[in-house]
Amino acid sequence: MPRLNAATRHRVAFTLNGKPVSLEAEPRLLATDALRHGLGATGTHVGCEHGVCGACTIQIDGQPARACLTLAVQLEGAAVTTVEGLAPERDRLSVMQAAFRRHHALQCGFCTAGILVSLDAYLREQPAPSEQELREVLSGHLCRCTGYTPIIRAALEAAACLRGEPLSQPSDREPAHV
Amino acid sequence: MKIETISWTGQSLERVEDAALLTGRGRFIDDLGVRPGTLHAAILRSPHAHADILAVEVSAAAAMPGVAAVIIGRDLARLTTPMVAGLKVAVENWPMAVERVRYVGEPVAIVVARDRYLAEDALDAIEVEYGPLPCVVDPLASLQSDAPVLHDRAGGNLVSDRRFRYGDPEAAFADSAHRVEVTIAYPRNTGAPMETFGVVAEYDPHEDAYDILANFQGPFSIHAVLARSLKVPGNRLRLRMPPESGGSFGVKQGVAPYAVLIGVAARIAGAPVKWIEDRLEHLGAAVAATNRVTTLKAAVTADGRITALDWDQIEDCGAYPRAPEPATLYRMHGNMTGAYDIASIAIRNRVVLTNKAPTGLVRGFGGPQVYYALERLMQRIAVELELDPLAVIRTNLIPGGAFPYRTASGALYDSGDYVQAFDLALAEGRLADLEARRDAARAAGRRYGIGFAAVVEPSVSNMGYITTVLTAAERQKAGPKNGAQATATIALDPVGSVSVHVASVPQGQGHRTVLAQVVADVFGLPCEAIRVVVDLDTGKDAWSIASGNYSSRFAAAVAGAAHLAATRLRDKLAAIAGSQLGVEPAQIGFAGGAVFAKGDAARTLPFGRVAALSHWSPALLPAGVDQAIRETAFWTPPELSAPGEDDAVNSSLCHGFIFDMAGVEVDVETGKVRIDRYVTMHDCGRVLHPGMVEGQIRGGFAQGLGATLFEELAYADDGAFLTGTFADYLLPTATETPDIEVLHIETRSPFTPLGAKGVGEGNCMSTPVCLANAVADALGVAELKLPLTPARIAALVAAPEPALPETHRQRTGGLGAAKPGDRALRGQGQAEVAAAPDAVWAMLLDVDTLASIIPGCHGVSKLSETHFKADVTLGVGPVKGRYKAQIRLSDLDAPRAATLSGSVWGALGTGGGSGRVTLTPAGEGGTLVAYSYEAAVGGKVAAIGGRLLDGAARAIIGQFFAALARRASPARPGFIARMLGRRP
Repeated sequence: MPRLNAATRHRVAFTLNGKPVSLEAEPRLLATDALRHGLGATGTHVGCEHGVCGACTIQIDGQPARACLTLAVQLEGAAVTTVEGLAPERDRLSVMQAAFRRHHALQCGFCTAGILVSLDAYLREQPAPSEQELREVLSGHLCRCTGYTPIIRAALEAAACLRGEPLSQPSDREPAHV
Repeated sequence: MKIETISWTGQSLERVEDAALLTGRGRFIDDLGVRPGTLHAAILRSPHAHADILAVEVSAAAAMPGVAAVIIGRDLARLTTPMVAGLKVAVENWPMAVERVRYVGEPVAIVVARDRYLAEDALDAIEVEYGPLPCVVDPLASLQSDAPVLHDRAGGNLVSDRRFRYGDPEAAFADSAHRVEVTIAYPRNTGAPMETFGVVAEYDPHEDAYDILANFQGPFSIHAVLARSLKVPGNRLRLRMPPESGGSFGVKQGVAPYAVLIGVAARIAGAPVKWIEDRLEHLGAAVAATNRVTTLKAAVTADGRITALDWDQIEDCGAYPRAPEPATLYRMHGNMTGAYDIASIAIRNRVVLTNKAPTGLVRGFGGPQVYYALERLMQRIAVELELDPLAVIRTNLIPGGAFPYRTASGALYDSGDYVQAFDLALAEGRLADLEARRDAARAAGRRYGIGFAAVVEPSVSNMGYITTVLTAAERQKAGPKNGAQATATIALDPVGSVSVHVASVPQGQGHRTVLAQVVADVFGLPCEAIRVVVDLDTGKDAWSIASGNYSSRFAAAVAGAAHLAATRLRDKLAAIAGSQLGVEPAQIGFAGGAVFAKGDAARTLPFGRVAALSHWSPALLPAGVDQAIRETAFWTPPELSAPGEDDAVNSSLCHGFIFDMAGVEVDVETGKVRIDRYVTMHDCGRVLHPGMVEGQIRGGFAQGLGATLFEELAYADDGAFLTGTFADYLLPTATETPDIEVLHIETRSPFTPLGAKGVGEGNCMSTPVCLANAVADALGVAELKLPLTPARIAALVAAPEPALPETHRQRTGGLGAAKPGDRALRGQGQAEVAAAPDAVWAMLLDVDTLASIIPGCHGVSKLSETHFKADVTLGVGPVKGRYKAQIRLSDLDAPRAATLSGSVWGALGTGGGSGRVTLTPAGEGGTLVAYSYEAAVGGKVAAIGGRLLDGAARAIIGQFFAALARRASPARPGFIARMLGRRP
């Protein structure tokens, strides 16, 4: 990586949800501010700015990352995915998004973007997760509204749907050990 | 006319809100664009719990790049007046410190700059000189006569002391077979919404008018407080709310003081100003629930029947009794007997101030504090009288036929069947299962307990309840306050489509969906045909003081007002259709998008045609119909009257019922509490949307769980705030939040238009005490202090820690043992230096040497032979900042020993400490430098870096001596000091 000068702005170019984008960034500009205020992708939210709440989670080259702990200049050349890039079309929802809506897996919706982005990456790695595994993935995200259970239900259902399985009856299962 | 066909209301429809939120198109305050030229604010906050502001030097900050203005308390005081409070005491409620700071995190200055980064840069350049004062953080200590007084003119920290008496409590206690008592210190916690506060403000100097966008949640009685503080009439404070708000749980009431601050900043800067709060600011200074010390006594008969309660509540409102406080203390005033039929109560309510952040609305609002005491008491009655806890609850529950039921302190419980709900919760094997699991666990030697809690959940607050804090004579003088105006507007446009607006500003509660359901049913339209707008603009929308989203008033009051407005408009449409179709309005029906004559299928009109008639053909309006374009309903329940002469008050309109039971297992090795089973039974009246009701219950449960096990806004004895990150203030995650079983019965409220009651706060009231009762049962203990952290559980169950090994104790001798609340950092170490003691001694007194060996030092100046001043950059974990330091040497015993005392201060915090350094000749002409120190750190560093401080202090002090060693023997690079010491 080239040495950057704190006093000047640097052109940063990367792909955002499949489209090439670029902006001028001071080295200290956070990726969250670059995405939200530089590029207008306000779906990624900032909840704590210290990497705990998970609301700002994005994918950098397919890997989940805290955008609040990432500098904009670190995105140079990367493929970045945010919540705006998860639906197949602008007027449609992804399988996971639709499951969230069915299960009331969001209330205020502020933390939701990060959760969707994390689950998207995780299900690529583990298409058939257990409830316990999903709870562990979700433990990197704080949600203050839902109590998490509807999110787990939605994620289990969406995972099954993505595997092409019929929807299971959630009432039959034993709760995870928490 | 009664032709409603209920089809949408009561269904768990998918929410209209969700698609935008799921695809990143939400419109939260920081997602909205701002006007070109908008500046950004950052706020400098006090590192001291209590200090006089001796001087503020802003010129360096004002000269920094991009800085437009620096605003301090004096500027604020010039343009505003203090915010009006509910208490009549001589306390000035400024939103930013003027002359004195009274809590860590209190705003001291605002920088307005071109962007947030530049504004934060400039904060570091503001120099504030503080004169620290003694502080008090504990409410009981605050009551002592020798306690430091926060507000001199108030004369003391006790700002309200009221006694109440209902029935004949003295006689009941005199006659009682038993008296049972609990004393509770309920901790501070908060709602911690994931979105923090945000404000965008603009000022028009020609009209003397403020336009302020804020993610405020109400109550809009605060609008009057803000306008008065800004010294403008209400019509010159246009307060607007964004369409979406990322959670509130009461807390976003607390954005109000920032509306004043940012409004004034915009006025001074001459441009729109935007401010988004960060998480440290939020945890440290947004809104805390009150911490409260309660002593609760019950007079009890031999069979467990309670005849009287005696409450003594000491409420800690922090440094300023900010409106609407002390509402947390009085919100429950009608409900002090909970779900029980108890004829007599005595209450003493005191409000004290301490050097902590001001308190305000937090979900549950007074309920957690009250029910924690009341339901712990119920369990203690069972234990002390050796009765079944369920029998004690059941025998005291208000009987089924008693509703509407008037409590001793004046609440009118609208409806319910508590005994039935209680019995149903235990039935179907649920209690038997819990008991079997307990028995099996105990048989296997594990610590398993069962807890219960019965709770009445008040909703739709009486806007007059807070005046109960005044005496009847004071209330008489101030004029009665009462009611709870809800408003809704339904509008028909020229193509006959229906729009709904309410003054409720949701933070995720799905108002747009539920209102569409309710209104669609009135007009016989498809739900998706109704468009609902929930962002509010006080400059042009209908609103009143009770507007906003709090006290769980949406379903009961706001949805009801929408129903009322829609029904009025529908009745007008029926008159129009009747005149068009030639039938009586009473014979007109609305269904399937059509308006028709009942029983005559041929006579029908499309809804849109009837609905648009007032726009296009007003001449065709029948007599008695002025227009059918827009209808605004204001609804306030007559049951919410002002407090009476006898201080009885119907503090809320609706009263839901909750009965919870929990089975928990406590791991004595780790101190972890595992929730094995949790059942929560609710009666919230008519359920308008089952999915959302369940969401409220599950969300409330998770917050209750957090309050029980993890969450505390913690302060040290010196007032330092200790929980400024989500790594310190722990919220439950998915791995700690179990699935729960939710049950319902439905007794509709006779007092609300739709029969609904609030449901949003109940589990914040019931869950902490239900879980605590279960833990108490598991451990067989009487007293529990929340949060039940592993350390506290361990203290209750585990054997005392084994003594330290002898060698270690010797090393730490003389440093003293830590006591609770003592955050002193202690440590010691030694280093070998390749120079004789005389030379080392000279180095320690030499400016140039000190400058080269003090970590992060930018320069040292010598004020006297033993007094130095330095400029240093220090990093603690993620927080690196520049500090000024002073170092003094004392107790000089050249060249053998000296005491070094120092203090550092900077934008990130303050620190101070002292250490003793001894120099002993060592082999090869060298010196063994040994040191021990004790230090304390405050301000931002303590709030966010508490976990790291010990290590950081050790590292920095170690670096100092390592550098000394290097400096003494630059030619011997391998001879690096060995850091041997460890902290106790």
